[in-house]
Amino acid sequence: MLSNYKNDPLLDMFVFETTQLLEQLEQVIIESEKSCCYKQDAINEIFRIMHTIKGSSAMMLFNYISSLAHSIEDLFHFLREEKPLNVDYLKLSDLVFESVDFIKGEIHKIENGRNPDADASLLIDKIEDFLLTLKESNHRGKTNETKEADMPDERNQKDKAGKRSYKVDIYFEEECEMEDVRALALINDLLNIAGDIQYNPANIADDSKSAEIIRKEGFQIWFKTDRSYEEMHDFFSKTFFLKDLELTELENDKQDEFNVNEDFIDIVSEEKTPDRETQFVPLHQNIISVNVTKLDKLMDLVGELVISETLVTQNPDIAGLTLENFQKAARQHRKIISELQDVAMSIRMVPLSATLQRINRIVRDTSRKLSKDVRLEIIGEETEVDKNIIERISDPLMHIVRNSVDHGIEPAEERKKRGKPEVGTITIEAKNAGGDMLIIVKDDGRGLDKELILKKARANGLINRPEADLTDKEIYSFIFLPGFSTNEKITEFSGRGVGMDVVIKNISSVGGTVSVDSVPGEGTAITLKIPLTLAIMGGMIVRVGKSTYTIPVLSIKESFKANEDSVITDIEGNEMIMIRGECYPILRLHRIYKVKTEITSISDGIIVMVENEGKGLCIFADELVGEQQVVVKALPNYIKNIKKVRGVAGCTLLGDGSISLILDIADLIES
Amino acid sequence: MADAIENTMDMEEDTQKGRFLTFSLGDESYGIEIKYVTEIIGIQTITEIPELPEYVKGVINLRGKIIPVMDVRLRFKKEGREYNDRTCVIVIDINDISVGLIVDSVAEVLTIPDEDIVEPPKMNKSFSNRYIKNIGKVENGVKLLLDCEKLLTEDELEDLSEVL
Repeated sequence: MLSNYKNDPLLDMFVFETTQLLEQLEQVIIESEKSCCYKQDAINEIFRIMHTIKGSSAMMLFNYISSLAHSIEDLFHFLREEKPLNVDYLKLSDLVFESVDFIKGEIHKIENGRNPDADASLLIDKIEDFLLTLKESNHRGKTNETKEADMPDERNQKDKAGKRSYKVDIYFEEECEMEDVRALALINDLLNIAGDIQYNPANIADDSKSAEIIRKEGFQIWFKTDRSYEEMHDFFSKTFFLKDLELTELENDKQDEFNVNEDFIDIVSEEKTPDRETQFVPLHQNIISVNVTKLDKLMDLVGELVISETLVTQNPDIAGLTLENFQKAARQHRKIISELQDVAMSIRMVPLSATLQRINRIVRDTSRKLSKDVRLEIIGEETEVDKNIIERISDPLMHIVRNSVDHGIEPAEERKKRGKPEVGTITIEAKNAGGDMLIIVKDDGRGLDKELILKKARANGLINRPEADLTDKEIYSFIFLPGFSTNEKITEFSGRGVGMDVVIKNISSVGGTVSVDSVPGEGTAITLKIPLTLAIMGGMIVRVGKSTYTIPVLSIKESFKANEDSVITDIEGNEMIMIRGECYPILRLHRIYKVKTEITSISDGIIVMVENEGKGLCIFADELVGEQQVVVKALPNYIKNIKKVRGVAGCTLLGDGSISLILDIADLIES
Repeated sequence: MADAIENTMDMEEDTQKGRFLTFSLGDESYGIEIKYVTEIIGIQTITEIPELPEYVKGVINLRGKIIPVMDVRLRFKKEGREYNDRTCVIVIDINDISVGLIVDSVAEVLTIPDEDIVEPPKMNKSFSNRYIKNIGKVENGVKLLLDCEKLLTEDELEDLSEVL
């Protein structure tokens, strides 16, 4: 079944749902931990999540996950029902987190088509131990209270001392009527001699339909007592209107059956109180999940619609005709299409909150292991960004935050000495800035040590300029180079020198930049600048001969007409132009791409000056066509396989359906 | 259930088995297995992409999808020809790579039973022979059956030999 995972929607659904539930769970726990106690709502929520995971994993036959979920469910069931005092909440959170990690690991295996085969029994034992100690301490804690509260516990203790469990199926005679009342009476009698009574249907007291059920399916009771089988059989035989009786003694290992039934009753009771269910609602959003490829398809179709609209309204058959009503309708049409385009685009945008919440967990784990007290503050988690980008920034963020906790934040004593609050603070702020999103990770730790970084950089031979010329920012950016670590010791979290270079790699792969700033003794701020979407960007469209090329607007400095005489040619025939005292190379698009065009004289065409990382380049084209938002598409794989085309980042569809190549400015400047 | 799916897949393959789309380049008639063919369209505006081999004419916009097109004439080192309204683009899809093949004209879909398909003669050393998988015999002649996968993947080899 696992081998064709991709084809199994059920499994797909399971993975998706469970992952989401686990994320919710983590959030609940972290919030509870922050407020230092588990509120009733939180306990209910965790219980519910575990219950769902247990059920669905059992359905998919992932037994270890299911039994692990079951044991946690037990634990929270106890917390919910008994409301014990003095619970070790830190340990509780650790346990739950450990279980969450375990299940996550298994889910990951399932996703990759492997069998989730890790053994959870160690973990389950741990949880059960914890539950046991909880029960004991609760027992002790409550003895001083009323005797009544003590009763069930004593009974529990006795169970272990050797009570026997029975199950009995009772069928009443037909037409005896009022089966529910008789069943209730029987239970009342039974209470005198047995404990831990459970029965099915469970709601005989207040549901008139239960009589019907008993008539058809019989009445089942599970109970524990110290009486013998014969005694119990006698007891039940005396019931009035008894038609049939089936009494069985349950072995100890049949305990499971008992538990299963417990769940059954739980479900029933939850159904009975729907208002309790509604308390959870705020955590659910009105969301459906859609496969990203479908969204891509939608985008394609919308693009297609734009083109076909142009084909209709600019149809040569109607060119030159005065069609007032037609034009009116066409305008309306265009407006709706552009709205549709915006909506289709916005569907791909997801808020950052899920990613940032995950960081919460990392801060918690790291700071606990390093025994530092660190608080995470998140600002602007509702900032939205393209789905593709979100996936690639979560790793870099993780590395940055870990580094901050490990290197940035000082131990509490040191902080005290410096007159800072003992609890360190890491702030993650996300905000929009034009077409980009800024994520700023700030800590109030010791800041970067410039001298140490310089020393390391010198030792590694990274400095190729006079040191006096290096700005602070440049020095700080050394920390992003691969293999660079100022930490003497290697810890579990950082110091190996991998990590920060991953940050750069991942961020630049989505077209973003990273910068770092630091004030010694006051903290460090790392800023990630990321385009909001990979799929759309502002483009300047230029024409060369019959071809059009798109230049990203972000890299354009200016465009201008130039005179023939301002162009300088060197011995090798390279052209350059002097602008405001600086010399820039000229790149003729028609020459490098061998495009036929009439315009070859500099004064006839237009020059677009572009810049990347401080280096400028003048691109010569025939004319500017206009600026527009373009949907970026990759070149077909077939072409990418043949060779990497120099200076082409991708392509885009223009309004008239033609394809325009997007220039890769960085690549052009390099070459 | 998996069996059932496999069965239907088999059936589908069965209906496509032995069926070939035939097209012509000059006087020669070629066939490609129908299972690779996605659709046939008329010639479109082609956007050139620089620095590619001559036979890759560029890319076309097929309902929002960008698809590279290859001139099969040039691919087989034949003389190029002006495109006209008989010129067709056969869009094929092999291992999730879509490519359009520009051909002179498309003829028909033929069923060629296995017994009428023979290996190509080995003595012919012509260039295009490399891409001929089999030869199919039909009433009024033969069809050269193309090896689509080679058509797409043998580029690197050729590029190398061009450089040397």
